[in-house]
Amino acid sequence: MTGRDSGNKFVAPALMLLLLVTVYPVFSVIYLSLQRKLLIFDISKFVGLDNYVFLLQDDRFWNAMKNTTYFTAASVSLELLLGLSIAMLLHRSFRLKGPARALVLIPWAIPTVVSAKMWEWMYNTDFGILNYLIGSKVNWLGDPFWAINAAVFMDVWKTTPFVVILLTAGLQVIPRELYQAAKIDGAGSWDIFKSITLPLLKPVILIVLIFRTLDAFRVFDAVYVLTGGGPANTTETLSIYAYKVLFQTLQFGYGSTLSVVVFFCIGCISIFYVQILSRDMKR
Amino acid sequence: MKKVFFYLSLILVLLYCSGPVLWQIITSLKPDSELTIIPPLLPLRPTAAHYLTIIKQQAFLKIMFNSAAVATSTTMLSIVIGSLAAFGLAKLRVRYKSFILGFILSVSMFPPIATVSPLYIIIRSLGLRDTLTALIITYTTFSLPLSIWILTNFFREIPDEIYLAAKVDGCSPFQIFHRIMLPLALPGIFTAAILVFIFSWNEFLFALTFTSTSAARTIPVAIALFPGMHEIPWGDIAAASIIVTVPLILMVFAFQKRIIEGLTSGAIKG
Repeated sequence: MTGRDSGNKFVAPALMLLLLVTVYPVFSVIYLSLQRKLLIFDISKFVGLDNYVFLLQDDRFWNAMKNTTYFTAASVSLELLLGLSIAMLLHRSFRLKGPARALVLIPWAIPTVVSAKMWEWMYNTDFGILNYLIGSKVNWLGDPFWAINAAVFMDVWKTTPFVVILLTAGLQVIPRELYQAAKIDGAGSWDIFKSITLPLLKPVILIVLIFRTLDAFRVFDAVYVLTGGGPANTTETLSIYAYKVLFQTLQFGYGSTLSVVVFFCIGCISIFYVQILSRDMKR
Repeated sequence: MKKVFFYLSLILVLLYCSGPVLWQIITSLKPDSELTIIPPLLPLRPTAAHYLTIIKQQAFLKIMFNSAAVATSTTMLSIVIGSLAAFGLAKLRVRYKSFILGFILSVSMFPPIATVSPLYIIIRSLGLRDTLTALIITYTTFSLPLSIWILTNFFREIPDEIYLAAKVDGCSPFQIFHRIMLPLALPGIFTAAILVFIFSWNEFLFALTFTSTSAARTIPVAIALFPGMHEIPWGDIAAASIIVTVPLILMVFAFQKRIIEGLTSGAIKG
């Protein structure tokens, strides 16, 4: 801190924007969720908790909740496994490491919409390269079992680079002496991984889990463009359902209720992780 | 033997990461008649027809322009507002500082779907539907946590003595900010700018809901809603995807160190 000069004026513009464009809408969406509001007919009526009562009995909501949870659990765990393996691989020194790392970053950088379109074409039943390569005729996006998994595979491809980057940074701060000492003691590579790499990487793994879980839970673009929520709503996530209620059936009241629930879940997940993280740091 | 295994897995990983993009490039070069036959994998008669179809469309050029305008304006605004705030938070006395930092971090976790309905109502009532302004304001705000976070880390690393020396020479805090601190934080500004640019170039949900015609439509929306008369025009979509992806791939190869630094600065140090 340098002296007593006040920085309030410097921070004010950013705070103003954040309050107006993010905090105000959050309060506003809670208020909207207590209304029956149809935008086209200019109907809006205060209905209290009616939307929430309806939500609890809404099968489509529970279906979306189930899909979102499955999508999040499957893609985050696959990303972590794959990301850890790739990070260990890239941690070695080899020639052309720079370009190799840039290639690994590509899926992260391209627009989600573009990657969804790419995968849609690769998943094509008759002319897709995927079925050609494995010699099958799977209807990836039309089959209720495969569609949600197809979305998971695409998300794993798109976001593993992010996991790799963070874990590689985490690997770099582990002191090399530890590895050397373990080798002298005659430890095998699996032992070294289990008793040195993994424990020391734990804080970074936790941070990766926070970022990825929150991102996966609010997923919209990737799945919406790939499948539109179909077939038969088997890939409809909470964000997609909320979007459809808001902007396709134009029910702003109930749509806002769904948005509030997404917000609430994200809040709970964050608090859960922050608790684990702070307990981990105290130790 | 071990080495062979290592290089084999490395090649596999690189193919996995770049394969879908390569396949999209191949698709974009195939004439329509070859799109529905597989094998062969490579085009027998490579053609630029899909690229020409895309480039000749008036709407596509307008949409490219929209995306570039939105991403550039957002980046500039976010950097100006974000660096002011970051300087204040890193170097000056600010009331409730730790609360503000925590607040900014939590805003970055807000799900966009939770704010889209009220923002839509506000934008509609201000007459800003289908305008670039609506997108620029929204993107600037949602990118602020990222730029403030990266830039605060950079300003913190600049020694306080520099600030104090300039103060003794009679500079006001604002003069110190833009004459001394900004030039010193240039690498951080560049890092934040790249990430904000990529975020606003790629954003989809707000762009989809706030725009309705090519007046303000951006690339991701245009590609998602690609018009097909009878069948999905896979070749044209592939060509359009490659056109909008190439700038990003070039950025990744040119600035990968900065990007990696930006992605990790928030997560590892914080």
